[in-house]
Amino acid sequence: MDLDNARELPRAGFNFDNCKRNATLLNRGFKPPITTKTGTTIVGIIYKDGVILGADTRATEGPIVSDKNCAKIHYLAKNIYCCGAGTAADTEMTTDLISSQLELHRLQTDREVRVVAANTMLKQMLFRYQGHISAALVLGGVDKTGPHIYSIHPHGSSDKLPYATMGSGSLAAMTVFESRWKPDLSEEEGKKLVRDADPTGVFNDLGSGSNIDLCVIRKGSVEYLRNYELANKKGKRQLDYRFKTGTSTVLHTNIKDLLVTERVQAVPMEIS
Amino acid sequence: MSILAYNGGCVVAMRGKDCVAIATDHRFGIQAQTISTDFKKVFHIGPRMFLGLTGLQTDILTVRDRLMFRKNLYETRENREMCPKPFSAMMSSFLYEHRFGPYFIEPVVAGLDPKTMEPFICNMDLIGCPNAPDDFVVAGTCAEQLYGMCETLWKPDLEPDQLFEVIAQSIVNAFDRDAMSGWGATVYIIEKDKITERTLKTRMD
Repeated sequence: MDLDNARELPRAGFNFDNCKRNATLLNRGFKPPITTKTGTTIVGIIYKDGVILGADTRATEGPIVSDKNCAKIHYLAKNIYCCGAGTAADTEMTTDLISSQLELHRLQTDREVRVVAANTMLKQMLFRYQGHISAALVLGGVDKTGPHIYSIHPHGSSDKLPYATMGSGSLAAMTVFESRWKPDLSEEEGKKLVRDADPTGVFNDLGSGSNIDLCVIRKGSVEYLRNYELANKKGKRQLDYRFKTGTSTVLHTNIKDLLVTERVQAVPMEIS
Repeated sequence: MSILAYNGGCVVAMRGKDCVAIATDHRFGIQAQTISTDFKKVFHIGPRMFLGLTGLQTDILTVRDRLMFRKNLYETRENREMCPKPFSAMMSSFLYEHRFGPYFIEPVVAGLDPKTMEPFICNMDLIGCPNAPDDFVVAGTCAEQLYGMCETLWKPDLEPDQLFEVIAQSIVNAFDRDAMSGWGATVYIIEKDKITERTLKTRMD
């Protein structure tokens, strides 16, 4: 088996070897498996000196919460971050890929990358895959031309907006922005607006939940506020379950000693 | 029925104080028919690293072989042991390569970092979305039951012997409520200086 593997070294890009087999299985009536989704409320606004991105921290597999505190604000470049909604693996891998392309772009041009470049790279990639990579993104950053927010849809369309929301909680969050956003908000007002908009998704949409992450991007500085607000604290447990040693019946025990040895040896050195 | 539930089986991993535990059931079936009761879905892949794979049997074995090939290549090239974190990253990109024709597996990684001895656990969905929390990870046909058991029994900083009881009770009681998994269980406790493998007495129905 190992020899068979060695003949085909991993190639770059997607591998479609299993597609035919998987399609056959699906035709025989097996349901396709569920992937991890980020139902998500992700938001972004422009304020006086930059942009603020916000996200909830729930990941789901169907009706099951698979991660209670995941990070949905992804790093793209020093001055650009991106929130992701949709299939969790897609948002993660797409932003990672574009992040490394942006870094190469920066090194080649010897300039800070612009937000519009990140937007173009992302939308061109998503369009190439015709919506099969289901990543819905809110892209935000500050460059020499000022602060920018873009919302990018899975099929590769994008909008340039002063305030944007995405994900299953987008409608709930948008209601807050529509009623309260205005140009030239101060940083405190901006943070408060995002902090108020995101929990509307967390509390009214089942796909979003747990805590709130914020990311404030100003000209020349970034503040990533992970778990800015713990919107849903778990209650303190009054008592706990403690098992007496030997509760579970064991048939065999096999202890593998890893033999950790540590020896310090003084090596004589030549001292002039 | 989901193809992930064709053969049945489950794996769970937990973090303790300077130790990690990973447990697996022993069943290998074809839908409702049990074929074998000694198939452990957890593989010892490094001195202090274990890989658990649940899902379709054929893919469990294929993915294990392909990952071992890449891991061995890494270790030969770099001349050092592979840590759990880079191994998970490698597995994530391997699974995402097959984004449009996935392997029907759900992996779990548990281990200690060889340098810092920091406990590490991680699981993924079938297309490689990593999740590395600081409590526990579950996979398999009784994932829902396992979430419930672990959520009530697990607490931070469990010592190795307490961690064993917690993980053993979690998996045994979870798979007793699942027809597709069970038929014996094995728990591995990974510590700095030793690995303890315990086979549990369980219901065989």
